[in-house]
Amino acid sequence: MKHPVGYNADARLRWTEWLPWVLAIVVFFALPDYLSMGARVLTYILFALSLDLILGYAGIITLGHAAFFGLGAYVTGMLSVKLGVTDPFLQLLASAVAAGVLGLVTGAVIMRTHGLTQLMLTLAVAAVCLEIANKATHLTGGADGLAGVVVAPIFGMFKFDLYGKTAYWWCLVILFAGWWLVRRMIHSPFGASLTGIRENRLRMEAIGAPVYARLVLVYTISAVMAGVAGALLTQTNQVVGLNVLGFEPSGELMVMLILGGVGRLYGAFVGPRVFWVAQDYLAKQFPEYWFFGIGLLLVIVVLFARGGVLGICDGLLAKFRSMRGGGTA
Amino acid sequence: MNSYTLRTTLVVAALACGVTALPVAAQTIKIGLISSYSGPGAAQGDQIDKGVKLYMKLNADKLPPGVKIELVQRDDTGANPDVAKRIAQELIVRDKVQLITGIVWTPNLAAIAPLSTEAKVPVMSMNAAGAKILNAAPYMARTSFTLCQSAYPAGQWAAKKYKKAYTAVSDFAPGHEAEGCFTRGFKEGGGEILGAVRIPFANPDFVPFMQRIKDAKPDVIFAFNPAGKQAAAMMKAYTDLNMDKVNIKYLGTGDIVTDEELAGMGDAALGVTTVHHYSAAADRPANKAFVAAYKKEYGENLNPGFMVVGAWDAMEAIYAAIRAQKGTIDAQKTVDFWKTYKSTTSPRGAFSIDPDTRDIINPEYLREVRKVGGKLANVELETITAAIKDPLKEWDKTDKK
Amino acid sequence: MEAFLSSLVSVAFHGVAFGMILYVISVGLSVTMGLMGFTNLAHGVFAMAGGYILVSSLARFQIPFPLALFLSFALVALASVVLERLLYSRLYGASELEQVLFTIGLIFMSVAVARLIYGTLQQPVLLPDYLKGQFSLLGRDFPAYRVFLIAFSGAMIAALWFGVERTIWGAMVRAAVDNRAMAQSIGINTKRLFTITFAIGSGLAGLGGALGADIVAIQPTYPFEQLVYFLIVVSVGGLGSLRGPFVAALLIGITDTACKYWLPEVGAFFIYAATIGLLLWRPAGLFGRRA
Repeated sequence: MKHPVGYNADARLRWTEWLPWVLAIVVFFALPDYLSMGARVLTYILFALSLDLILGYAGIITLGHAAFFGLGAYVTGMLSVKLGVTDPFLQLLASAVAAGVLGLVTGAVIMRTHGLTQLMLTLAVAAVCLEIANKATHLTGGADGLAGVVVAPIFGMFKFDLYGKTAYWWCLVILFAGWWLVRRMIHSPFGASLTGIRENRLRMEAIGAPVYARLVLVYTISAVMAGVAGALLTQTNQVVGLNVLGFEPSGELMVMLILGGVGRLYGAFVGPRVFWVAQDYLAKQFPEYWFFGIGLLLVIVVLFARGGVLGICDGLLAKFRSMRGGGTA
Repeated sequence: MNSYTLRTTLVVAALACGVTALPVAAQTIKIGLISSYSGPGAAQGDQIDKGVKLYMKLNADKLPPGVKIELVQRDDTGANPDVAKRIAQELIVRDKVQLITGIVWTPNLAAIAPLSTEAKVPVMSMNAAGAKILNAAPYMARTSFTLCQSAYPAGQWAAKKYKKAYTAVSDFAPGHEAEGCFTRGFKEGGGEILGAVRIPFANPDFVPFMQRIKDAKPDVIFAFNPAGKQAAAMMKAYTDLNMDKVNIKYLGTGDIVTDEELAGMGDAALGVTTVHHYSAAADRPANKAFVAAYKKEYGENLNPGFMVVGAWDAMEAIYAAIRAQKGTIDAQKTVDFWKTYKSTTSPRGAFSIDPDTRDIINPEYLREVRKVGGKLANVELETITAAIKDPLKEWDKTDKK
Repeated sequence: MEAFLSSLVSVAFHGVAFGMILYVISVGLSVTMGLMGFTNLAHGVFAMAGGYILVSSLARFQIPFPLALFLSFALVALASVVLERLLYSRLYGASELEQVLFTIGLIFMSVAVARLIYGTLQQPVLLPDYLKGQFSLLGRDFPAYRVFLIAFSGAMIAALWFGVERTIWGAMVRAAVDNRAMAQSIGINTKRLFTITFAIGSGLAGLGGALGADIVAIQPTYPFEQLVYFLIVVSVGGLGSLRGPFVAALLIGITDTACKYWLPEVGAFFIYAATIGLLLWRPAGLFGRRA
């Protein structure tokens, strides 16, 4: 797999990198009826981005990233419903801190292991979180869900409205901040050391890089981002359900990221959209069996299209260039 | 998920810009149907779908002449309140539906409640049963049930026959509710609760829990699990440990032996006693006609479960509301109509809607799983009560006084 | 005191029964992981397939129980060879991520297929009459099927150990687990060895799924729901050994059962807490080599 974005790549912004944001703004004006869907897509992009950071760049395989997403979602929900904290910034902050602490604590354990054991532990953390949320019905509402979340207007001016306008902008701004952070990080020496660990952990240890500390740090940062994404989900929907902690979001998220392309930064932008087109189509054609389609898609991507959609685009582009190059030379 | 991505919709919306702006014909009533068509809850969504389609097919003449119903079906993909909320939002904002129905899952109903209030859209829940959701949602009503309506009378009934009980419920909110309601009924009747276990979902083996219960030597176990594999697994553990031979009775709400799944549960379900508002095996004439129509439409081997009945009764209540308003739907009038709604033709027997809470007032029956013509069926033994309000809300009132 | 002893006996009994099933299912995963380093999350699919084969053989084709058990081993082993040659072999030496994704894809597909064929409900196992009922010992009843299960698995495990410790095939497997490159260079055909081992491991999973079908319900989401248990057995036991997963499976079976019996409130958490604690102490598992 080639990873065109990284420390060695040109860190300057290319004009194409503005495209997603321009598109997002165009969508706001062109499709006012689809903004709540749009906010959901933006939330999932942030979530996928957080996974890409550890999976794509640091090479940590996790099946339990929903733990942080769900914790973030529940912290915001419980703050509002149980403690009456409705300020959106405070909610985001609290979710970020909670997810970060969980990320730090579990990361400190999980990063000591690798391979199958690491996978199992990520799965176990998510399973325990789900079980706790399910049991603590007085706090979380359990299987009945936590409804009635109140989010105060942003700066006291922008109310979360029925049409999802505020939610859309809110998610867009937060996503932009997250994207900026990740982009800065992967172009920094820290990002380079992560890629190094992914490619050859032994050698990184040999040259004296603090591998374990780096991994725990990036895991925590990723957890914070996932927690923020979870908070966004709660804020835009004013409701939390156990589904945010299930295996499905973790699995689906991974599928989204793989479809878009791992370790490419923009794979996270493409994946959720591709996933929802695929799910939409399959779910309509075979309502009960779209699982099969998703599974097939995964197998095909792994066997034949390892870079995901963006990988295919890169490949085509490279072919096109070499053809043109061959023509002019 | 019936949603388009941003990119495809860009094209679609550009093409169809003017079309969507056209006014809807006055004689067409748009109803949003939110149900689960994909994901793990697709089987439940299927029940709802069958009930709705069957009612609409057989009762087209019950609408005022010229009035048509346009059903906008959307998929909530399961117990996903965030998805349900977004779908309801889109139904209201984009599709401009006048009424929303369907809704399998309690968290989804809870998610929709504030929207229904804000946009003044009447909502009729066909299944979601969480007790307290309707309190703060003045435009919502339901034709399903509440858990306590079965669990509380089950406790009262059991107290008359048995002295010591043990509760074993799946560890989730409805399980806790069932446990609480049964315990209250049983204790009020003078019974003693020996203990309670709450069984986690991620649990392959039920035997250790049942062994614990067996060793406590109760007269009766009160069980509540979500229908399907959990319920079946627990009954199996009960049979494996020979608990029926040492005179421990297995009692539950109808949720553990739903009519559509009973056939697949095997003989472990034989003899299980439950309290519930509906059984496909009931011999009321209205039910016989309903079951016959269902089998004719969907196949001889399929039994309608209580969700089909919830959907059927909801559609009848919606049709009646449309008739009462002469082919239109006004939010306030619709809810006011529902508040005094009574049905005598339901397959479950006569029921009505409580004007105070907009919740259903159900009949409840005591049933036992027996073999009828070689197939398992919930045979109704007696009518426990002809009309019971949701006990939880009644207690809220009395406890406040 | 007597009541306590008596419950101690039944906890040990049910715990061992559960542990045996876990072991028979997971041992193949441990060996193939140790042998080829292939992260096969879809291992539970084989167990589920075995369960479905048993259930269908009994209910639909009225095949006698012992033959049905054998079928669930043989058919699954056969199918796994096909899968291994067609698909798995393409991913040897691929990154762990790709193996994980690929096998998750397989799980998704198998869940859908199982639902298509059997529906979402659990399939009842129609046991023969001689395995039904109770077995009385010292005034306590034990379900006859579980007694059979423990005895049968015990015999199976003994046979397996004999195979690995005392036969040429076993010696080759052990050599390849220790050092695959070296084994290959002294003329062991590791590719073929792996195919055979994979088939036996998968077949055992099928057999375990079939044996356990009466306890761990066979239904479409089985490969997802039980995955954590299999992974715990393999991680705690350590990769590439027979003994490790055995001790781990018994430990898990017994502690899990004990928790549910005495402390049902924390039953779901204890197993995870114990696992994490154990892995902090020995990151490579009880009997695993340090990687």
